[in-house]
Amino acid sequence: MGRKLLLEHINVPGINTLEVYRQKGGYAAVEKALKTLTPDEVVEEVKKSGLRGRGGAGFPTGMKWSFLAKPEGVPRYLVCNADESEPGTFKDRYLMTYIPHLLIEGMIVASYALGANTSYIYVRGEMMPQIRILERAIAEAKNAGLLGKNILGTGYDLELYVQPGGGAYICGEETALLESLEGKRGNPRIKPPFPAIAGLYGCPTVVNNVESIAAVVPIINEGGDEYAKIGIGRSTGTKLISASGNLNKPGVYEIELGVPVEEFIYSDEYCGGIANGKRLKAVVAGGSSVPILPANLILKTINNEARLMSYESLSDGGFATGSMMGSGGFIAFDEDQCIVRNTWNFSRFYHHESCGQCSPCREGTGWMEKVLHRLEYGHGKMSDMDLLVDVSKKIEGNTICPLGDAAAWPVASAIRHFRDEFEWHVTNAAEATTRNYGLAHYADPLPKVEKAEA
Amino acid sequence: MLRVEDTEQAPVEFSAALIAKFDDIKSRYPEGKQKSALLPILHETQAEFGWLSAPSMDKVAAYLDILPIEVYEVATFYTMYFMRPQGKYVLEVCRTGPCCLVGAEKIMDYIEQQLGVKEGEVTPDGLFSWRGVECLAACGFGPVLQIGPEYTFYENLTTQSVDTLIADLKAKANN
Repeated sequence: MGRKLLLEHINVPGINTLEVYRQKGGYAAVEKALKTLTPDEVVEEVKKSGLRGRGGAGFPTGMKWSFLAKPEGVPRYLVCNADESEPGTFKDRYLMTYIPHLLIEGMIVASYALGANTSYIYVRGEMMPQIRILERAIAEAKNAGLLGKNILGTGYDLELYVQPGGGAYICGEETALLESLEGKRGNPRIKPPFPAIAGLYGCPTVVNNVESIAAVVPIINEGGDEYAKIGIGRSTGTKLISASGNLNKPGVYEIELGVPVEEFIYSDEYCGGIANGKRLKAVVAGGSSVPILPANLILKTINNEARLMSYESLSDGGFATGSMMGSGGFIAFDEDQCIVRNTWNFSRFYHHESCGQCSPCREGTGWMEKVLHRLEYGHGKMSDMDLLVDVSKKIEGNTICPLGDAAAWPVASAIRHFRDEFEWHVTNAAEATTRNYGLAHYADPLPKVEKAEA
Repeated sequence: MLRVEDTEQAPVEFSAALIAKFDDIKSRYPEGKQKSALLPILHETQAEFGWLSAPSMDKVAAYLDILPIEVYEVATFYTMYFMRPQGKYVLEVCRTGPCCLVGAEKIMDYIEQQLGVKEGEVTPDGLFSWRGVECLAACGFGPVLQIGPEYTFYENLTTQSVDTLIADLKAKANN
């Protein structure tokens, strides 16, 4: 069993209340940080931990914190990005639902480290139940003197508020999130200036994912060096993986980074194999934006090494034969799934969610959706695959924010790895509307798992 | 899309209780940054009236001391705000990849068939409308749908659980 740093107590009855959370050692990190460490020492521990942003970009959190400008007389802000909307990702919703105080504790410690006296948790508007849960937890913490003026008698003040979004994937991009928090449309800002210099209300701001902020709690409790011992190489600590699709046990799993992908999919400790005794066809390992990989390439790298659940191993081989850790949204496709249909579905998502600011993304996502739609519905042409790759290349890298890249990668990678399936949709157009292409040669090399007799 | 004729709508009144909620929301932001309250205030307004009419948005603008266009441009950007009246219960079904892998499209077809109205339309009794929405961050528990204004989630949907849900909502509405 891997170590659990975030979800260890998730099944304890009443862990969503302050009382039980404290009985289980909750708010020890606040006590330790505020009473025994300076803000800079907290930043130092996070740097030592090697924690990398859990929202998708994987940028070292401690380094991001150290970039924060500290001009005299200007407020600084910490904003938690709880706008979880990347298809395949649902770990933050889970964490906020069941153990809200972990996020609040992390927010207090992180705000203290950054010198913020007002912090916001920007939660996607659809998570109204989670917003109510967080508001209740904040009220509890405030009553206990863990928020508000002079926290635990240390002289540190912090007000913490929850802000609902309005239903827009783009607000997961940090500058779009800040625009939204200022009451505007979620159009990403041109960078620089980065939020660390000019963020919320033009003031220095750090935006961190829910899981990143929660991870600060065990980092402070155990020390950054101890945290860094968990995991593998530069992928330190534990990571929440949202497992969905055709799995026996979909759900949220906390893994020590470095678990083999094969173990993650097939072992009973995690996903328990592919549902209904089917075989694995493909995996999107890090949320819909990252390249899709056929079963053989997700289980083993091109050098025939076991692929691991780590930032480095998942991206091994680059985009030619690898993918990315992203936000940890692990989507498994069984042999009955149609790659063309799924790619069309994802394209529709990005077209729908493009903010419309940059022409390549606004127009290109729509073109890709249309071309994929005609392929899926039997009106495609052999030239469509090259057309799609061409459009995706013209979006990638040519937009203000990474939504353009996120829209381009799933299409380009699907054609890279599953081109014969796309071509079959053209050559066998009528048949393709009645049945799926099937497993073809993408099959995972593992034999069908026979269920052991009980 | 906000249309010109939509601006010819009945005036609305904001109750004292609603204004008190607005005041509480506004207090979360620094002096002069009250525009930050716009999204949460629009959620409260929609929860009260079921959708955002032009007169209601104009009143929100007046309350926040911003231009009406600043409210319209935000209300039309975000997908959760309704620009026209909806059914009392709006069933919003996730239509994105992971949910489709486990049968979301069948669930949407079934809901359309059971309610007898197309996506975006309201049932004649005014009780229901439905639409597909993008990923609701519940992919491991799909298919899922949500119903505002509380945005209660219904997970691992089957045709039977949809039947039960619709029957329960009808019973609730008739009580």
